[in-house]
Amino acid sequence: MAETKKIRFEVVRQDTPDSAPYTEKFDLDYRPNMNVISALMEIRRNPVTIEGKKTAPIAWDMNCLEEVCGACSMVINGKPRQSCTALIDQLEQPVRLEPMRTFPVVRDLQVDRSRMFDTLKKVKAWIPIDGTYNLGPGPRMPEKKRQWAYELSKCMTCGVCLEACPNVNSNSDFIGPQALSQVRLFNNHPTGAMNKAERLNTIMGDGGLANCGNSQNCVQSCPKGIPLTTSIASLNRDTSIQMFRNFFGSDQV
Amino acid sequence: MAKNREFGNRRLHSLLGVIPVGLFLLEHLITNYMATKGEEAFNSAAHLLESLPFRIFLEVFIIFLPLIYHAVYGIYIAFTAKNNAGRYGFFRNWMFVLQRVTGIVTLIFVVWHVWSTRIQAALGAEVNFDMMADILSSPFMIAFYVVGILSTTFHFANGLWSFAVSWGLTVSPKSQQISTYVTLVVFVLLSYVGVRAIFAFV
Repeated sequence: MAETKKIRFEVVRQDTPDSAPYTEKFDLDYRPNMNVISALMEIRRNPVTIEGKKTAPIAWDMNCLEEVCGACSMVINGKPRQSCTALIDQLEQPVRLEPMRTFPVVRDLQVDRSRMFDTLKKVKAWIPIDGTYNLGPGPRMPEKKRQWAYELSKCMTCGVCLEACPNVNSNSDFIGPQALSQVRLFNNHPTGAMNKAERLNTIMGDGGLANCGNSQNCVQSCPKGIPLTTSIASLNRDTSIQMFRNFFGSDQV
Repeated sequence: MAKNREFGNRRLHSLLGVIPVGLFLLEHLITNYMATKGEEAFNSAAHLLESLPFRIFLEVFIIFLPLIYHAVYGIYIAFTAKNNAGRYGFFRNWMFVLQRVTGIVTLIFVVWHVWSTRIQAALGAEVNFDMMADILSSPFMIAFYVVGILSTTFHFANGLWSFAVSWGLTVSPKSQQISTYVTLVVFVLLSYVGVRAIFAFV
Protein backbone atom coordinates (compact mmCIF):
# COMPACT_ATOMS: atom_id res chain seq x y z
CA MET A 1 0.00 0.00 0.00
CA ALA A 2 1.26 3.45 -0.91
CA GLU A 3 2.21 5.66 2.00
CA THR A 4 -0.49 8.21 2.78
CA LYS A 5 0.31 11.87 2.22
CA LYS A 6 0.79 13.88 5.41
CA ILE A 7 -0.15 17.44 6.13
CA ARG A 8 1.95 19.43 8.57
CA PHE A 9 0.36 22.01 10.88
CA GLU A 10 2.14 24.58 13.02
CA VAL A 11 -0.17 25.95 15.67
CA VAL A 12 0.68 28.90 17.91
CA ARG A 13 -0.75 28.02 21.29
CA GLN A 14 -1.31 29.90 24.48
CA ASP A 15 -2.72 28.35 27.66
CA THR A 16 -4.09 31.43 29.40
CA PRO A 17 -4.66 35.08 28.35
CA ASP A 18 -1.42 36.12 30.06
CA SER A 19 0.90 33.16 29.48
CA ALA A 20 3.61 33.06 26.82
CA PRO A 21 2.71 31.63 23.41
CA TYR A 22 4.49 28.54 22.07
CA THR A 23 4.31 26.55 18.85
CA GLU A 24 3.31 22.91 18.47
CA LYS A 25 3.47 20.87 15.27
CA PHE A 26 0.99 18.23 14.17
CA ASP A 27 0.85 15.81 11.25
CA LEU A 28 -2.41 14.58 9.75
CA ASP A 29 -3.18 12.04 7.06
CA TYR A 30 -4.32 13.78 3.89
CA ARG A 31 -7.98 13.50 2.98
CA PRO A 32 -9.55 15.30 0.01
CA ASN A 33 -11.65 18.45 0.63
CA MET A 34 -10.36 19.21 4.12
CA ASN A 35 -10.59 22.69 5.52
CA VAL A 36 -8.72 24.12 8.51
CA ILE A 37 -11.67 23.43 10.83
CA SER A 38 -11.98 19.78 9.86
CA ALA A 39 -8.22 19.48 10.38
CA LEU A 40 -8.49 21.07 13.83
CA MET A 41 -11.31 18.62 14.65
CA GLU A 42 -9.11 15.76 13.52
CA ILE A 43 -6.28 16.98 15.77
CA ARG A 44 -8.76 17.29 18.63
CA ARG A 45 -9.62 13.57 18.29
CA ASN A 46 -6.00 12.66 18.87
CA PRO A 47 -3.95 15.64 20.11
CA VAL A 48 -0.44 14.23 19.69
CA THR A 49 2.41 16.40 18.38
CA ILE A 50 4.96 15.23 15.80
CA GLU A 51 7.33 14.45 18.66
CA GLY A 52 4.70 11.99 19.92
CA LYS A 53 3.87 14.10 22.94
CA LYS A 54 0.26 14.00 24.07
CA THR A 55 -1.03 17.53 24.46
CA ALA A 56 -4.24 19.41 25.24
CA PRO A 57 -6.74 19.75 22.37
CA ILE A 58 -6.53 23.08 20.53
CA ALA A 59 -9.12 25.71 21.44
CA TRP A 60 -10.71 27.77 18.64
CA ASP A 61 -14.02 29.47 17.89
CA MET A 62 -16.48 28.39 15.19
CA ASN A 63 -20.15 28.52 14.52
CA CYS A 64 -21.78 28.68 11.09
CA LEU A 65 -19.10 26.87 9.02
CA GLU A 66 -20.13 28.80 5.89
CA GLU A 67 -18.39 32.18 6.26
CA VAL A 68 -21.30 34.25 7.46
CA CYS A 69 -20.78 34.38 11.23
CA GLY A 70 -17.16 35.53 11.41
CA ALA A 71 -16.38 33.55 14.58
CA CYS A 72 -13.66 31.26 13.21
CA SER A 73 -11.29 34.00 12.01
CA MET A 74 -7.59 33.34 12.62
CA VAL A 75 -4.26 34.09 10.98
CA ILE A 76 -3.62 31.32 8.46
CA ASN A 77 -0.19 31.33 6.79
CA GLY A 78 0.20 34.99 7.76
CA LYS A 79 -3.19 36.18 6.48
CA PRO A 80 -6.25 36.75 8.67
CA ARG A 81 -9.25 34.87 7.29
CA GLN A 82 -12.01 32.45 8.22
CA SER A 83 -10.78 28.93 8.93
CA CYS A 84 -14.03 27.40 7.60
CA THR A 85 -13.32 28.55 4.05
CA ALA A 86 -9.56 27.95 4.22
CA LEU A 87 -9.25 24.79 2.14
CA ILE A 88 -6.21 22.62 2.83
CA ASP A 89 -5.82 21.84 -0.90
CA GLN A 90 -5.28 25.56 -1.55
CA LEU A 91 -2.86 26.22 1.31
CA GLU A 92 0.91 26.09 1.30
CA GLN A 93 2.47 23.66 3.75
CA PRO A 94 3.20 23.68 6.59
CA VAL A 95 -0.11 25.32 7.46
CA ARG A 96 0.64 27.87 10.17
CA LEU A 97 -2.23 28.87 12.44
CA GLU A 98 -2.03 31.86 14.78
CA PRO A 99 -4.63 33.83 16.72
CA MET A 100 -5.52 37.38 15.62
CA ARG A 101 -3.34 39.20 18.14
CA THR A 102 -5.08 42.54 17.62
CA PHE A 103 -7.65 41.06 19.99
CA PRO A 104 -6.99 39.67 23.47
CA VAL A 105 -6.17 35.97 23.18
CA VAL A 106 -8.42 33.80 25.37
CA ARG A 107 -6.72 30.51 24.63
CA ASP A 108 -4.81 29.08 21.64
CA LEU A 109 -6.62 30.36 18.51
CA GLN A 110 -9.58 31.74 20.42
CA VAL A 111 -9.74 35.54 20.74
CA ASP A 112 -12.11 37.96 22.44
CA ARG A 113 -13.79 40.10 19.76
CA SER A 114 -15.91 42.09 22.26
CA ARG A 115 -14.33 45.42 21.35
CA MET A 116 -16.07 45.32 17.95
CA PHE A 117 -19.48 44.70 19.50
CA ASP A 118 -18.82 47.50 21.98
CA THR A 119 -18.05 49.95 19.16
CA LEU A 120 -21.23 48.92 17.34
CA LYS A 121 -23.12 49.97 20.49
CA LYS A 122 -21.09 53.14 20.74
CA VAL A 123 -21.93 54.28 17.19
CA LYS A 124 -25.57 53.08 17.52
CA ALA A 125 -25.35 50.72 14.57
CA TRP A 126 -29.07 50.05 14.46
CA ILE A 127 -32.36 51.62 13.35
CA PRO A 128 -34.32 53.03 16.31
CA ILE A 129 -37.92 51.98 15.77
CA ASP A 130 -39.19 51.82 19.36
CA GLY A 131 -41.29 54.59 20.82
CA THR A 132 -43.78 54.99 23.67
CA TYR A 133 -46.50 54.85 21.01
CA ASN A 134 -46.86 53.23 17.60
CA LEU A 135 -44.51 55.09 15.28
CA GLY A 136 -46.14 53.63 12.18
CA PRO A 137 -44.38 52.35 9.10
CA GLY A 138 -41.08 53.94 8.11
CA PRO A 139 -40.35 55.56 4.74
CA ARG A 140 -39.86 53.29 1.71
CA MET A 141 -36.34 52.56 0.55
CA PRO A 142 -35.62 52.58 -3.21
CA GLU A 143 -34.81 49.07 -4.44
CA LYS A 144 -31.53 50.19 -5.95
CA LYS A 145 -30.44 51.65 -2.64
CA ARG A 146 -31.50 48.48 -0.81
CA GLN A 147 -29.23 46.44 -3.05
CA TRP A 148 -26.41 48.91 -2.43
CA ALA A 149 -26.99 48.76 1.34
CA TYR A 150 -27.05 44.96 1.25
CA GLU A 151 -23.35 44.93 0.32
CA LEU A 152 -22.49 46.94 3.45
CA SER A 153 -24.77 44.78 5.58
CA LYS A 154 -22.68 41.69 4.74
CA CYS A 155 -20.26 42.63 7.54
CA MET A 156 -20.03 39.71 9.98
CA THR A 157 -17.81 41.44 12.59
CA CYS A 158 -15.09 38.86 11.90
CA GLY A 159 -12.22 41.21 12.82
CA VAL A 160 -10.05 40.64 9.73
CA CYS A 161 -10.02 44.37 8.84
CA LEU A 162 -8.92 45.32 12.35
CA GLU A 163 -6.18 42.67 12.27
CA ALA A 164 -4.91 43.98 8.90
CA CYS A 165 -5.03 47.68 9.89
CA PRO A 166 -1.66 49.16 10.96
CA ASN A 167 -3.45 51.83 13.01
CA VAL A 168 -5.50 49.41 15.11
CA ASN A 169 -3.00 48.44 17.80
CA SER A 170 -2.14 48.74 21.45
CA ASN A 171 -0.84 52.32 20.96
CA SER A 172 -4.14 53.65 19.65
CA ASP A 173 -7.85 53.68 20.46
CA PHE A 174 -8.86 53.47 16.80
CA ILE A 175 -12.20 51.66 16.52
CA GLY A 176 -11.27 50.31 13.08
CA PRO A 177 -12.98 50.09 9.68
CA GLN A 178 -15.76 47.64 10.61
CA ALA A 179 -17.86 49.95 12.81
CA LEU A 180 -17.21 52.94 10.54
CA SER A 181 -18.71 51.18 7.54
CA GLN A 182 -21.75 50.33 9.65
CA VAL A 183 -22.18 54.04 10.41
CA ARG A 184 -22.36 54.67 6.67
CA LEU A 185 -24.88 51.83 6.29
CA PHE A 186 -27.25 53.09 9.00
CA ASN A 187 -26.84 56.77 8.09
CA ASN A 188 -28.07 55.92 4.60
CA HIS A 189 -31.15 54.06 5.77
CA PRO A 190 -34.23 56.33 5.49
CA THR A 191 -35.12 55.82 9.18
CA GLY A 192 -31.54 55.45 10.39
CA ALA A 193 -30.71 58.83 8.82
CA MET A 194 -32.72 60.47 11.61
CA ASN A 195 -29.73 59.80 13.90
CA LYS A 196 -27.10 60.66 11.30
CA ALA A 197 -25.60 63.66 13.12
CA GLU A 198 -25.42 61.71 16.38
CA ARG A 199 -23.48 58.89 14.75
CA LEU A 200 -21.18 61.32 12.91
CA ASN A 201 -20.44 63.19 16.13
CA THR A 202 -19.58 59.90 17.83
CA ILE A 203 -17.03 58.92 15.18
CA MET A 204 -15.61 62.45 15.33
CA GLY A 205 -14.62 61.64 18.92
CA ASP A 206 -11.33 60.17 20.14
CA GLY A 207 -10.41 56.85 18.57
CA GLY A 208 -12.78 57.60 15.72
CA LEU A 209 -12.66 58.19 11.98
CA ALA A 210 -9.67 60.57 12.01
CA ASN A 211 -7.36 57.73 13.08
CA CYS A 212 -7.56 56.17 9.62
CA GLY A 213 -4.18 56.42 7.90
CA ASN A 214 -5.39 55.25 4.47
CA SER A 215 -3.23 52.16 4.23
CA GLN A 216 -6.33 50.53 2.69
CA ASN A 217 -5.35 47.07 3.97
CA CYS A 218 -8.92 46.64 5.23
CA VAL A 219 -10.59 46.74 1.84
CA GLN A 220 -7.95 44.37 0.43
CA SER A 221 -8.45 41.90 3.28
CA CYS A 222 -12.24 41.95 3.82
CA PRO A 223 -13.55 38.41 3.09
CA LYS A 224 -16.94 39.87 2.14
CA GLY A 225 -15.53 42.42 -0.31
CA ILE A 226 -17.14 45.33 1.57
CA PRO A 227 -15.97 48.71 0.14
CA LEU A 228 -14.55 49.76 3.53
CA THR A 229 -12.26 52.53 2.24
CA THR A 230 -15.09 54.00 0.17
CA SER A 231 -17.17 54.03 3.37
CA ILE A 232 -14.36 55.78 5.23
CA ALA A 233 -13.84 58.39 2.49
CA SER A 234 -17.59 58.98 2.31
CA LEU A 235 -17.70 59.48 6.09
CA ASN A 236 -14.75 61.86 5.76
CA ARG A 237 -16.93 63.97 3.47
CA ASP A 238 -19.94 63.73 5.82
CA THR A 239 -17.86 64.69 8.85
CA SER A 240 -16.30 67.61 6.95
CA ILE A 241 -19.81 68.98 6.48
CA GLN A 242 -20.83 68.05 10.04
CA MET A 243 -17.76 69.88 11.36
CA PHE A 244 -18.86 73.11 9.66
CA ARG A 245 -22.42 72.61 10.89
CA ASN A 246 -21.22 72.10 14.45
CA PHE A 247 -18.96 75.12 14.43
CA PHE A 248 -20.81 77.72 12.39
CA GLY A 249 -24.26 76.51 13.30
CA SER A 250 -27.07 75.05 11.25
CA ASP A 251 -30.80 74.49 11.47
CA GLN A 252 -30.23 70.81 10.88
CA VAL A 253 -29.11 69.03 14.00
CA MET B 1 -4.90 65.92 26.54
CA ALA B 2 -8.45 67.25 26.43
CA LYS B 3 -11.10 64.84 25.25
CA ASN B 4 -12.34 64.66 21.67
CA ARG B 5 -9.61 66.88 20.26
CA GLU B 6 -8.26 64.15 17.99
CA PHE B 7 -10.55 64.81 15.04
CA GLY B 8 -9.74 68.53 14.97
CA ASN B 9 -6.03 67.86 15.48
CA ARG B 10 -5.88 65.36 12.63
CA ARG B 11 -7.81 67.60 10.26
CA LEU B 12 -5.61 70.57 11.19
CA HIS B 13 -2.54 68.41 10.55
CA SER B 14 -3.87 67.47 7.12
CA LEU B 15 -4.81 71.05 6.24
CA LEU B 16 -1.55 72.66 7.39
CA GLY B 17 0.47 70.14 5.38
CA VAL B 18 -1.02 71.61 2.19
CA ILE B 19 -1.89 75.16 3.28
CA PRO B 20 0.45 76.85 4.05
CA VAL B 21 3.37 74.39 4.37
CA GLY B 22 2.85 72.76 0.96
CA LEU B 23 2.39 76.11 -0.75
CA PHE B 24 5.55 77.41 0.89
CA LEU B 25 7.38 74.32 -0.38
CA LEU B 26 6.30 75.14 -3.94
CA GLU B 27 7.45 78.75 -3.54
CA HIS B 28 10.78 77.58 -2.10
CA LEU B 29 11.43 75.04 -4.88
CA ILE B 30 10.68 77.67 -7.54
CA THR B 31 13.03 80.17 -5.92
CA ASN B 32 15.76 77.50 -5.76
CA TYR B 33 15.23 76.81 -9.44
CA MET B 34 16.35 80.38 -10.17
CA ALA B 35 19.86 79.04 -9.47
CA THR B 36 19.73 77.29 -12.85
CA LYS B 37 19.46 80.76 -14.46
CA GLY B 38 22.75 81.80 -12.90
CA GLU B 39 24.17 83.16 -9.69
CA GLU B 40 22.78 86.65 -10.15
CA ALA B 41 19.22 85.50 -10.84
CA PHE B 42 19.23 83.39 -7.66
CA ASN B 43 20.69 86.16 -5.53
CA SER B 44 18.11 88.69 -6.70
CA ALA B 45 15.25 86.21 -6.07
CA ALA B 46 16.59 85.46 -2.58
CA HIS B 47 17.07 89.13 -1.90
CA LEU B 48 13.50 89.93 -2.99
CA LEU B 49 12.12 87.45 -0.45
CA GLU B 50 14.50 88.73 2.21
CA SER B 51 13.31 92.29 1.75
CA LEU B 52 9.57 91.52 2.01
CA PRO B 53 7.89 93.77 4.58
CA PHE B 54 6.72 92.13 7.84
CA ARG B 55 9.10 89.29 6.98
CA ILE B 56 9.32 87.90 10.51
CA PHE B 57 5.50 87.68 10.80
CA LEU B 58 5.23 86.01 7.42
CA GLU B 59 7.86 83.50 8.48
CA VAL B 60 6.30 82.78 11.88
CA PHE B 61 2.69 82.41 10.78
CA ILE B 62 3.10 80.96 7.29
CA ILE B 63 6.14 78.79 7.91
CA PHE B 64 7.38 78.17 11.44
CA LEU B 65 4.21 77.63 13.48
CA PRO B 66 2.36 75.49 10.89
CA LEU B 67 5.52 73.52 10.21
CA ILE B 68 6.23 72.87 13.89
CA TYR B 69 2.65 71.74 14.49
CA HIS B 70 2.72 69.48 11.41
CA ALA B 71 6.07 68.02 12.49
CA VAL B 72 5.25 67.40 16.15
CA TYR B 73 1.81 65.90 15.52
CA GLY B 74 3.26 63.99 12.55
CA ILE B 75 5.84 62.31 14.79
CA TYR B 76 3.01 61.21 17.07
CA ILE B 77 1.05 59.81 14.10
CA ALA B 78 4.10 58.06 12.63
CA PHE B 79 4.96 56.29 15.87
CA THR B 80 1.35 55.27 16.62
CA ALA B 81 1.28 52.99 13.57
CA LYS B 82 2.51 49.41 13.65
CA ASN B 83 3.73 49.06 10.09
CA ASN B 84 2.91 45.73 8.49
CA ALA B 85 3.87 46.11 4.83
CA GLY B 86 5.89 42.87 5.15
CA ARG B 87 2.71 40.89 5.72
CA TYR B 88 0.34 43.07 3.69
CA GLY B 89 2.39 44.20 0.70
CA PHE B 90 -0.34 46.19 -1.02
CA PHE B 91 0.61 49.33 -2.95
CA ARG B 92 -1.27 51.73 -0.68
CA ASN B 93 0.13 50.07 2.43
CA TRP B 94 3.66 50.73 1.11
CA MET B 95 2.63 54.34 0.47
CA PHE B 96 1.37 54.44 4.09
CA VAL B 97 4.77 53.26 5.37
CA LEU B 98 6.71 55.55 3.01
CA GLN B 99 4.61 58.54 4.06
CA ARG B 100 5.71 57.96 7.65
CA VAL B 101 9.35 57.22 6.81
CA THR B 102 9.68 60.25 4.49
CA GLY B 103 7.99 62.39 7.14
CA ILE B 104 10.75 61.57 9.63
CA VAL B 105 13.54 61.87 7.02
CA THR B 106 12.12 65.21 5.86
CA LEU B 107 11.99 66.47 9.43
CA ILE B 108 15.67 65.60 9.99
CA PHE B 109 16.55 67.26 6.67
CA VAL B 110 14.50 70.40 7.38
CA VAL B 111 15.97 70.80 10.89
CA TRP B 112 19.49 70.59 9.47
CA HIS B 113 18.57 72.86 6.55
CA VAL B 114 17.02 75.54 8.81
CA TRP B 115 20.06 75.38 11.10
CA SER B 116 22.53 75.79 8.28
CA THR B 117 20.66 78.57 6.45
CA ARG B 118 17.98 80.52 8.35
CA ILE B 119 19.59 80.32 11.79
CA GLN B 120 23.01 81.15 10.34
CA ALA B 121 21.36 84.12 8.62
CA ALA B 122 19.93 85.23 11.97
CA LEU B 123 23.46 84.97 13.38
CA GLY B 124 24.74 87.32 10.71
CA ALA B 125 25.60 85.15 7.71
CA GLU B 126 24.44 86.31 4.29
CA VAL B 127 22.09 83.98 2.40
CA ASN B 128 23.19 83.85 -1.21
CA PHE B 129 24.41 81.59 -4.00
CA ASP B 130 27.85 81.25 -2.38
CA MET B 131 26.35 80.04 0.89
CA MET B 132 24.57 77.17 -0.86
CA ALA B 133 27.56 76.42 -3.08
CA ASP B 134 29.63 76.20 0.09
CA ILE B 135 27.14 73.87 1.83
CA LEU B 136 26.99 71.65 -1.26
CA SER B 137 30.76 71.46 -1.69
CA SER B 138 31.09 67.88 -0.40
CA PRO B 139 29.66 64.76 -2.08
CA PHE B 140 28.13 63.72 1.25
CA MET B 141 26.10 66.93 1.52
CA ILE B 142 24.97 66.64 -2.10
CA ALA B 143 23.69 63.12 -1.38
CA PHE B 144 22.06 64.33 1.85
CA TYR B 145 20.30 67.15 0.00
CA VAL B 146 19.14 64.88 -2.84
CA VAL B 147 17.68 62.41 -0.33
CA GLY B 148 16.13 65.27 1.63
CA ILE B 149 14.52 66.84 -1.45
CA LEU B 150 13.18 63.53 -2.78
CA SER B 151 11.80 62.66 0.63
CA THR B 152 10.13 66.08 0.89
CA THR B 153 8.56 65.99 -2.57
CA PHE B 154 7.31 62.45 -2.00
CA HIS B 155 5.82 63.35 1.36
CA PHE B 156 4.11 66.38 -0.18
CA ALA B 157 2.78 64.57 -3.28
CA ASN B 158 1.51 61.52 -1.38
CA GLY B 159 0.20 63.85 1.31
CA LEU B 160 -1.94 65.54 -1.35
CA TRP B 161 -3.46 62.13 -2.09
CA SER B 162 -4.38 61.49 1.53
CA PHE B 163 -5.51 65.12 1.96
CA ALA B 164 -8.07 64.51 -0.80
CA VAL B 165 -9.29 61.33 0.96
CA SER B 166 -9.24 62.78 4.48
CA TRP B 167 -11.43 65.73 3.53
CA GLY B 168 -13.81 63.58 1.51
CA LEU B 169 -12.91 65.01 -1.91
CA THR B 170 -12.01 61.66 -3.51
CA VAL B 171 -14.51 59.06 -2.32
CA SER B 172 -14.94 56.54 -5.14
CA PRO B 173 -12.15 53.99 -5.78
CA LYS B 174 -11.81 55.36 -9.32
CA SER B 175 -11.23 58.94 -8.20
CA GLN B 176 -8.69 57.70 -5.66
CA GLN B 177 -6.93 55.70 -8.39
CA ILE B 178 -6.69 58.71 -10.69
CA SER B 179 -5.56 60.87 -7.78
CA THR B 180 -2.75 58.31 -7.22
CA TYR B 181 -1.53 58.86 -10.80
CA VAL B 182 -1.84 62.65 -10.55
CA THR B 183 0.10 62.83 -7.28
CA LEU B 184 2.81 60.51 -8.68
CA VAL B 185 3.25 62.96 -11.56
CA VAL B 186 3.43 65.81 -9.03
CA PHE B 187 6.18 63.86 -7.22
CA VAL B 188 8.21 63.34 -10.40
CA LEU B 189 7.89 66.95 -11.57
CA LEU B 190 8.72 68.51 -8.20
CA SER B 191 11.66 66.11 -7.77
CA TYR B 192 13.03 67.29 -11.11
CA VAL B 193 12.68 70.94 -10.07
CA GLY B 194 14.28 70.29 -6.68
CA VAL B 195 17.18 68.08 -7.75
CA ARG B 196 18.05 70.22 -10.76
CA ALA B 197 18.32 73.24 -8.45
CA ILE B 198 20.74 71.36 -6.15
CA PHE B 199 23.08 70.60 -9.05
CA ALA B 200 22.96 74.22 -10.16
CA PHE B 201 24.97 75.04 -7.04
CA VAL B 202 27.57 72.32 -7.58
